[in-house]
Amino acid sequence: MGLKESLHNFKEKNKDKKWLPAFSAIHTFLYLPNETTHNGTHIKVADDLKRTMNTVIMAMVPCLIFGMFNAGYQHNLQVGEVQAVAGSFFSSEFWTMANFMIGFWKIIPLVIVSYGVGLGIEFIFAIIKGHEVEEGYLVTGMLVPLIVPVDIPLWMLAVAVVFGVVIGKEVFGGTGMNILNPALTIRAFLFFAYPTWMSGDKVWVEGAVERTKEIAAGANLDAISGETILGSLAQGKEAGYEVMDMFLGFIPGSVGETSALLILLGGLFLIFAKIGSWRIMLSSVIGALVMGLIFNQVVDSGWITESSKFYGLMSTTWWHHLLIGGFAFGTVFMATDPVTASQTNKGKWIYGFFVGFISIMIRVFNPAYPEGVMLAILLMNVFAPTIDHYVVQGNVKKRKKRLNAKVA
Amino acid sequence: MSNDIRIKKGLDIKLKGEAEKTSEKAIVSNFYTLRPEDFHGVIPKLISKVGTKVKAGETVFFDKSNEAIKFASPVSGEVLEISRGEKRKILAIKIQADKEQAYQDYGKFDVDAADSEAIKSHLLASGCWPFVKQRPYDVIANPDKAPKAIFISGYASAPLAADLDFTLQGKEAELQAAVTALGKLTEGKVHVSVGKNGNSPLVGLTGITLHHVSGPHPSGNVGTQINKIDPINKGEVVWTVNAQDLIIIGELLLTGKFNAERIVALVGSSVEKPRYFVTKIGSEVATMVYDKGITKDSHDRIISGNVLSGKQVKPDGYLDYYSNVISIIPEGDDYEFFGWNKPIFNKISTSRAFTFSWLSPKKSYDLNTNTNGEHRAFVTTGTYEEVFPLDIYPMQILKACMYKDLDEMEALGMYEVAPEDFALTEFVCVSKQPHQKIIREGLDLMLKEIG
Repeated sequence: MGLKESLHNFKEKNKDKKWLPAFSAIHTFLYLPNETTHNGTHIKVADDLKRTMNTVIMAMVPCLIFGMFNAGYQHNLQVGEVQAVAGSFFSSEFWTMANFMIGFWKIIPLVIVSYGVGLGIEFIFAIIKGHEVEEGYLVTGMLVPLIVPVDIPLWMLAVAVVFGVVIGKEVFGGTGMNILNPALTIRAFLFFAYPTWMSGDKVWVEGAVERTKEIAAGANLDAISGETILGSLAQGKEAGYEVMDMFLGFIPGSVGETSALLILLGGLFLIFAKIGSWRIMLSSVIGALVMGLIFNQVVDSGWITESSKFYGLMSTTWWHHLLIGGFAFGTVFMATDPVTASQTNKGKWIYGFFVGFISIMIRVFNPAYPEGVMLAILLMNVFAPTIDHYVVQGNVKKRKKRLNAKVA
Repeated sequence: MSNDIRIKKGLDIKLKGEAEKTSEKAIVSNFYTLRPEDFHGVIPKLISKVGTKVKAGETVFFDKSNEAIKFASPVSGEVLEISRGEKRKILAIKIQADKEQAYQDYGKFDVDAADSEAIKSHLLASGCWPFVKQRPYDVIANPDKAPKAIFISGYASAPLAADLDFTLQGKEAELQAAVTALGKLTEGKVHVSVGKNGNSPLVGLTGITLHHVSGPHPSGNVGTQINKIDPINKGEVVWTVNAQDLIIIGELLLTGKFNAERIVALVGSSVEKPRYFVTKIGSEVATMVYDKGITKDSHDRIISGNVLSGKQVKPDGYLDYYSNVISIIPEGDDYEFFGWNKPIFNKISTSRAFTFSWLSPKKSYDLNTNTNGEHRAFVTTGTYEEVFPLDIYPMQILKACMYKDLDEMEALGMYEVAPEDFALTEFVCVSKQPHQKIIREGLDLMLKEIG
């Protein structure tokens, strides 16, 4: 008797057990279920939610792998093991096993904790509520390790995941019902609960925090500091990196957010696969560019001078905003979450535009932490239902008008 | 104003097993069945009992809530069995057919001289009324409320649908008589739609407004055409009649006989030789499906109707009252190893998420009844809109039906829709939600609460 038959018999035998959803989750992971249609359409498309989610994860895998190399590279660059690469994506200084292994051992635990804790909660809720384990967390679980600093302690991540999944999603009714993007809820929790681990110049490069402690304890070592470009600009310093490096991703930052090139490829793939909304991605980019241009204009008009603390980021060339910080990653992978974004096509244009626009606004004006994508997306998540409401009302009004024209 | 309707949003589902354009007489069925469930919302009141002899066209039961609406026997014979379900609900009325068919004579009817009341009562008395359906609610038309227009789709775009150009061939006289009669029942127009590149016998009819339709399914759905030609407003009613049923109405008017004969396509990838049969409403499907169709012990699903909106019937089941196609496709009750993430070449998909049906848009597929995934909450957005040409927000109206908000359902356009309009959104639904059922229940709720 093969695996297929054994699993089937096991399922049939335990049909009325409470824990069956947990088994089914694993069963349906191995095998597409034997479920058939009843009345209604007798045939169905090949896609299901697992496939949809999996496609998004596939689009993120290049960012994850690049993140591993980059974590090691940033560390080795600071300790003087490697030379800075300049302008070439396939630099031999970057793609080394030594770089990869440092990142691998740092980032794989993040992935494991994220999935382990998050899926654990999903399983528990599925059993309590007696429904199947829904796939929502598959994407969230991959997003989370990519949007945190590499050195974040694992227990903090675990606490944040519990908060994000329970408060961000399950209390609203689970997958498909949440208002806020769960991955960003997790990140926002980390950001407000443990701000020293989420900002500053000590967290972005692997080993920086530890090194600081060692120095404080009297060790004679060079400090590792890895300021993000946004951090430097916010303090009025130079960016310190070539534009090409920003685009390719050889810069410090959260694990998966640095390579605009790979994010762009992932985004194009999602648009091609018809999984990600091109409307949101495009309008968000437009929104960011418009805000960037406005700021540049303000600086050019002389309203803001070099003495202002906003000067550094405001004077940043308008389109550079797309390449630095988490903007690209947020736009492609987080703003497009279909559950928390606007659901109507017209609404998506409005929603996306404001995500981009507000991202850059908060980025420039936030004194504590020079990044705005997270807060902009969370804010627009809250407004998305309102945007949709007015878009749908447009259709309702049209219908009423048609009726009135008849009556009159 | 152009009478062309060009549909852009939609999806042509190409399946294997399209019917060859030859028709043959099906083996004459010994038993015929009328199933009240075919007539949604009708509570039957029986006239005949077990043992009653009926002629073809003679009333078997009528609608309890509107006694004028009568339902006729498709054949002459003897009522053999009345099967009942819970609370003595009538499930089926089985009639054993006579060897020699006798018809109830309703007399030749002079359509040109008659007024609307005379036509209406003639159609009601002769059992032809159930062919006339109405929107809102997608139920048999209420004869007391005049429609603003009547819509007839002469173009079938559903997967493996019977080609109406073929099945209506040579029936011009009946079709003309029927549309003339129907035209007198409305102050408005009789809108008839035909395929743009077809050769429909409906084109030559007089007294109609002709529309040429092109584009992917659901361009042939009457609901799509209503939405594009003259959408229904609150308080308005339109009537729809299936093109093939015009022939039965027309023949009754011309000859006085209720002839339940119908050309039915036997289609689907499981059928050895897909083709057309001449048969009658209520016939046993067994008279057709085993004749160069499927083998006795095959593991297939027989559907009375098309694969998107038809009803599953057992091999000993019957052709339902409105269908002109019997589809047979393989059952899909098997597991597929890593079916959710491996690249898919042999199934249709509207995405390109490691699914490759976009590479070969002309290919015909052999789909089975597997759901390809489990039921989930609504997650993805924008997929329905791609296949939904009506000026309505599909996901929003579905959700309104689910949380039973009557005001919102009305505002979003519930009066304009029928379950079949949501067949394609149901087909493409990643969350495998039962859209047609949700809409049907929503319509029933509105009918009950608002009327």
